[in-house]
Amino acid sequence: MTPIPYPAPQTDPWVAAAMIALVVVCSTAGEVLTAAAMKSIGDMGAILAQSGLKGAIRAVLTCPLFFAGVSFLALAFFSLLLALNHLNLSLVAPASASLTLVTNAIAAKLFLKENVDRRRWTAAVLVCFGVYLLAH
Amino acid sequence: MAHARLTLRQYLVLASVAVCAPLGDTCLSRGMTRVPAISLEHLGALVAAVFTPWIALGIALLIGFFASYLTALSWADLSYVLPATAFGNVIVALLSRFWLHEPISVERWAGIVLITVGVGFVAQGPSLTERPSAAAAMPSVAAKEEQA
Repeated sequence: MTPIPYPAPQTDPWVAAAMIALVVVCSTAGEVLTAAAMKSIGDMGAILAQSGLKGAIRAVLTCPLFFAGVSFLALAFFSLLLALNHLNLSLVAPASASLTLVTNAIAAKLFLKENVDRRRWTAAVLVCFGVYLLAH
Repeated sequence: MAHARLTLRQYLVLASVAVCAPLGDTCLSRGMTRVPAISLEHLGALVAAVFTPWIALGIALLIGFFASYLTALSWADLSYVLPATAFGNVIVALLSRFWLHEPISVERWAGIVLITVGVGFVAQGPSLTERPSAAAAMPSVAAKEEQA
């Protein structure tokens, strides 16, 4: 097996953007489906109080939406591995982490009908820049 | 908006999401750098790596993260939980500065300030979108209220 040269060889910027976009799309789909699953299950605090830890685990594991969400999160993980195989961590980690915050805010408004008001938009954009600066 | 206010217990769940994820990642990274390089022909070594102390601790922390993340999503909006828990990045940066004595560049300090301000913004607002029928969104709570 030939070792992968380091730093990673130059990748076409469009290919790099497509790889990062794949991570962002899969992880947004995963987060939104998981959030929808947990909303459909209901308040975990109440379920824990009513039927204990076993009941709470059963409630989560019998929800098909939850598995759809986890499948997309797994896809996001593998597409992250793929991206890391071709691109440097210092590009992939901050780009995907910060973009995901903004796409999640958009998806939460579109698909989960959450009330993403000006306060939340501001927070999403500030945290997005902050995560980028911190992880870069 | 009485039910949009979080209880102390719910704030602790959010804190657990924020702290467990970056700490778990740090433990995994620390554990994996101590394991000799694993090639595709010897994937069995990956299974053995799971039982080393740092990686086991990292996995335990990440399981704790996922459980508290799911719990938080069951009573708060996704667009509330994600920025609020991004604060974990700040905690890790501060820990690495004051505990591991790693230097923090000006850009990173700027990142810490931006995240902190952003989290302050979102935390002041409601944690859950008001629905016309809250009972439809929260069946278990509605059932409990009916029993009472």
